[in-house]
Amino acid sequence: MLLIDCPFCGQRPEIEFRYAGEAHVLRPIDPRECEDEEWAAYLYRRRNPAGDHAERWHHVHGCRRFFNARRHTVTDLFSGSYPAGTPGPECEAGQ
Amino acid sequence: MSQSFRLRDKGRVDRSRPVSFSFDGRTLTGYVGDTLASALLANGVHVMGRSFKYHRPRSVLGAGVEEPNALVTVDRGRGRIDANILATTLEIHDGLVARSQNRWPSLTLDLGAVNNIFSAFIPAGFYYKTFMWPRAAWKSVYEPAIRRMAGLGPPPVDRDPDSYASQFDHCEVLVVGAGPAGLAAALAASAGPGRVILCDEGAEAGGALLGDPAAAIDGLAAWDWVGKVVAELSSRPNVTILTRTTAFRYGTQNMVGLVERVSDHLAGSTPGILRQRWRQVRACQVVLATGAHERPVLFRGNDRPGVMLASAARIYVNRYGVRLGSRCVVATRTDSGYQTAFDMARARIATTVLDMRASIAPALSAEAERLGIEVIAAARPIRAKGGRRVTAVEIEQADGQRRTLRCDLVLMAGGWVPVVHLFSQSRGKLRWEERVEGYVPDAATQAVRCAGACRGEFALSSALKDGFAAGQGAAGGDPGAIHGPPTCSSTEAEVDMRDVPMSVAADGGMAFIDYQNDVTTKDLRLAVREGFHSVEHFKRYTTTGMATDQGRTSNLNAMAVVGDALHRPMGQVGITTFRPPYTPVSFGALAGNNRGELFAPVRRTPTHDWAAAQGAVFEDVGLWKRARYFPKSGESMDEAVRRECRITRAVAGVLDASTLGKIEVVGPDAAEFMNRMYVNAWTKLKVGACRYGVLLRDDGFIFDDGVVGRIAEDRFHVTTTSGGAAGVFNLMEDYLQTEWPDLRVWLTSTTEQWAVISVQGPRARAILAPLVEDVDVSAEAFAHMTVREGRIAGVPTRLFRVSFTGELGFEVNVPSSEGMRVWEAICAEGRKHGAVVYGTETIHVLRAEKGFIIVGQETDGTTTPDDVGLGWAIGKTKPDFVGKRSLSLPGLTAPGRKQLVGLRPIGHETVPDEGAQLIGEAAPTPFSAQGHVTSAYWSEALDGPIALGLLRNGRARIGELVRVTSLVGEPRLWRVCDPVFLDPKGHRLNG
Repeated sequence: MLLIDCPFCGQRPEIEFRYAGEAHVLRPIDPRECEDEEWAAYLYRRRNPAGDHAERWHHVHGCRRFFNARRHTVTDLFSGSYPAGTPGPECEAGQ
Repeated sequence: MSQSFRLRDKGRVDRSRPVSFSFDGRTLTGYVGDTLASALLANGVHVMGRSFKYHRPRSVLGAGVEEPNALVTVDRGRGRIDANILATTLEIHDGLVARSQNRWPSLTLDLGAVNNIFSAFIPAGFYYKTFMWPRAAWKSVYEPAIRRMAGLGPPPVDRDPDSYASQFDHCEVLVVGAGPAGLAAALAASAGPGRVILCDEGAEAGGALLGDPAAAIDGLAAWDWVGKVVAELSSRPNVTILTRTTAFRYGTQNMVGLVERVSDHLAGSTPGILRQRWRQVRACQVVLATGAHERPVLFRGNDRPGVMLASAARIYVNRYGVRLGSRCVVATRTDSGYQTAFDMARARIATTVLDMRASIAPALSAEAERLGIEVIAAARPIRAKGGRRVTAVEIEQADGQRRTLRCDLVLMAGGWVPVVHLFSQSRGKLRWEERVEGYVPDAATQAVRCAGACRGEFALSSALKDGFAAGQGAAGGDPGAIHGPPTCSSTEAEVDMRDVPMSVAADGGMAFIDYQNDVTTKDLRLAVREGFHSVEHFKRYTTTGMATDQGRTSNLNAMAVVGDALHRPMGQVGITTFRPPYTPVSFGALAGNNRGELFAPVRRTPTHDWAAAQGAVFEDVGLWKRARYFPKSGESMDEAVRRECRITRAVAGVLDASTLGKIEVVGPDAAEFMNRMYVNAWTKLKVGACRYGVLLRDDGFIFDDGVVGRIAEDRFHVTTTSGGAAGVFNLMEDYLQTEWPDLRVWLTSTTEQWAVISVQGPRARAILAPLVEDVDVSAEAFAHMTVREGRIAGVPTRLFRVSFTGELGFEVNVPSSEGMRVWEAICAEGRKHGAVVYGTETIHVLRAEKGFIIVGQETDGTTTPDDVGLGWAIGKTKPDFVGKRSLSLPGLTAPGRKQLVGLRPIGHETVPDEGAQLIGEAAPTPFSAQGHVTSAYWSEALDGPIALGLLRNGRARIGELVRVTSLVGEPRLWRVCDPVFLDPKGHRLNG
């Protein structure tokens, strides 16, 4: 079982959290202005890397805050977490 | 015959405490400290099982968890029957009842043994190749027959009455294995202040030392040293010693799963006792001192009873005091075989050593000579003879001459296999080590150290040193100042398997590789000839290494044979991944308390007990228990539902709707937040007014719905579906926290705070009016889709005038604690009018008659508002809301989408299955589905079946005929109609 570092509560066991998808997927500021392609990319296109992955977690059985964390998808190891809305440190999400 | 095969002067079983147990119906005796295997051997019982495929008689091969043969079923009474328990690790106690497996009718007379005679015709892949045709026969003929013949113990059928616990543990250092390396590691690690957990799968600490009492450590005999170390560790407050505890899983971030067998070894354990405990240990550092298992030697008949691992024989003689035989041949590839030979000779067993190597250390030859042991060098065993007990072994000497040695015991010392399972599970890399002729731990990826035999340090002196160093390193300090590592004077040479000859039975002989799955050298060679060269392929094709022992004794030998067949070095054959559990773990231990009533929490509404007392039939809705219908005596469900529907529409009905999800949305920006979340426009909704809200996901598909009331300018009472409450709350929080953190809005889940009593029907107002204070419930003052605050039956209420039935209706929200009191007051008023109490089945029918959807029934995650006729709800002028942009994507606006329609039967009165397919009126077979039935009921109001469905292009097809498929009969004809079956103008809302 993973230990996940909630930026608000500290290290807590995985069972308190729920995965919430890739981080830094920006919802288009004005959806009316965006092309179908751009909107579809926001909805459906994800990086799915074999490696470091910036992703969202929800401390659903804790403080209930959404936050971002970086996890290596091969080793499952976390290398940092940070509040939602802040840029990821050395995060190569590219968005 | 009672324990006549017991050595008088050996063993550490407690001879003052005899134990009576039963095996296959025979009552036998042993001693406290015995395993079932050692007690059976002491009683002269060697055959303990029949092999999986050929039904060959089998005795023990090993003395611990490596054992492939001696699987038994333990019967502790109803619901307490465990199959596939190892006789070699099963501690006997008074009253133990064990049975052998895979034999019929009995162990001694097993009709399945006929397979053995025909074994030449049952090669690798036999079942795949033979039982392919005719296909139909597989299910009816072949499979049942094979299942009877093969297989292990039967699974339990009764409910397990015992209890199981689970807990989390935390420590600085976890030491797995309490053999010499593990004990030394624990000594070093616990010298500092850190918490140390030492666990061992055995009944007592000591590991291999329990079978090696002649060893001397720190000037003490081995057993005395073990006792002293255990006493010292026990006296340290930071040490926890767990015996009978197997580390079976090594997970991420140093979380190691242990299963502790708390009471299996106790006599007279009553049903319900705490049986096992699952401990999930999070350790800063882990020391693995998991030891090594021995490899068999390959020769024909190497599975005959009386042929066993040399290490096991040592344990049976030294630890359990069992006289295994009178003449013994030790076939060895290592020096350790000599230690066994010496112990056998000391136990007065005539012993011959068959050394497969040409050169022998002079010290060993000298000791052998002193003990009267004949040593035959550079020789190999060819075949073991005998039936239910070995009688002789044929050998080939260096000069090619063959000889037959009479014996009743053949001991195999084929080399050592480091137990790297847990290290591999920790994602540590393994490395082939020629010196060991096996895989050893290489680079670790977690904070783990291996020590002793599990990393190829087999000699006792090295294991002690290695363990101590690992413990010191794990503790991070330098406790060396207090203690040095334990030392022993033994002068064992390091194991070096380079250039040691190996018999791989290339000469047509059939030597067993995997005893538990009956895989032989012949099977492996055949698999290679047929092209199964990859370890992943030949393993699955032959099933070598795939039984409950997971190839502990067979994997290395399989690599040797396949390597030989492929002319490839053993280390290049490949290795499969080690996966948990290390040894079998009972489901009970993993389930812990999460079973029965505690498997999942049960949510009950305030009227639950009342409904139960009324004879309500309940159904599960998510975690909720909801009353489905209230049958009068003798009524079927259909009859009850028709009565509830009829009276609700004629008079009134009362429903407990407390399971509705409720969220209080509060704050200066509450209306703006609602605008952005829901498709509807909220800004102009007046305080005291309600609106039916539709919530989408950003992909444009319906996620939830419910009535929302505006309680104040800055306060909305949002209701959700019963099952969707948590999801809606999470979705709202997600957008609020991450997309619009600037909005001043606070969300509170109030589902549990409000009891909801729905009163529907023409007399609803008349029923409530006498109970309500501070609210004018007249039609003029209290319009449909409005909400008022006041009191009912003396209790504060939010009173909604809403209708999910099409009738005049109210939903009374009161604090849950007052729910039952208000419910009784309303029911008492209702009785005066002849109202009925109804359940979920009736509300489903009533709403379907009105064409109201249920999210998850009429929608399936690919349904848009327009698909189900809810396009009207969308606020057209809003710049954005969740899902708005998706509604204009081509796929969601394309013609031909499935749309909600009603269906009425033509010429029959059959209620179709929900999910049944809609096909054309006269479509030829094969036909393609044009939609499906989403809801179907008998409608009391229409006096016939009705159905809702999603039909391609449905709204344009009203009046057309379609057919509805059936699982049991021919498709039937239905007419497409508007989904509102009853009162399309809504007159009934006015009562």
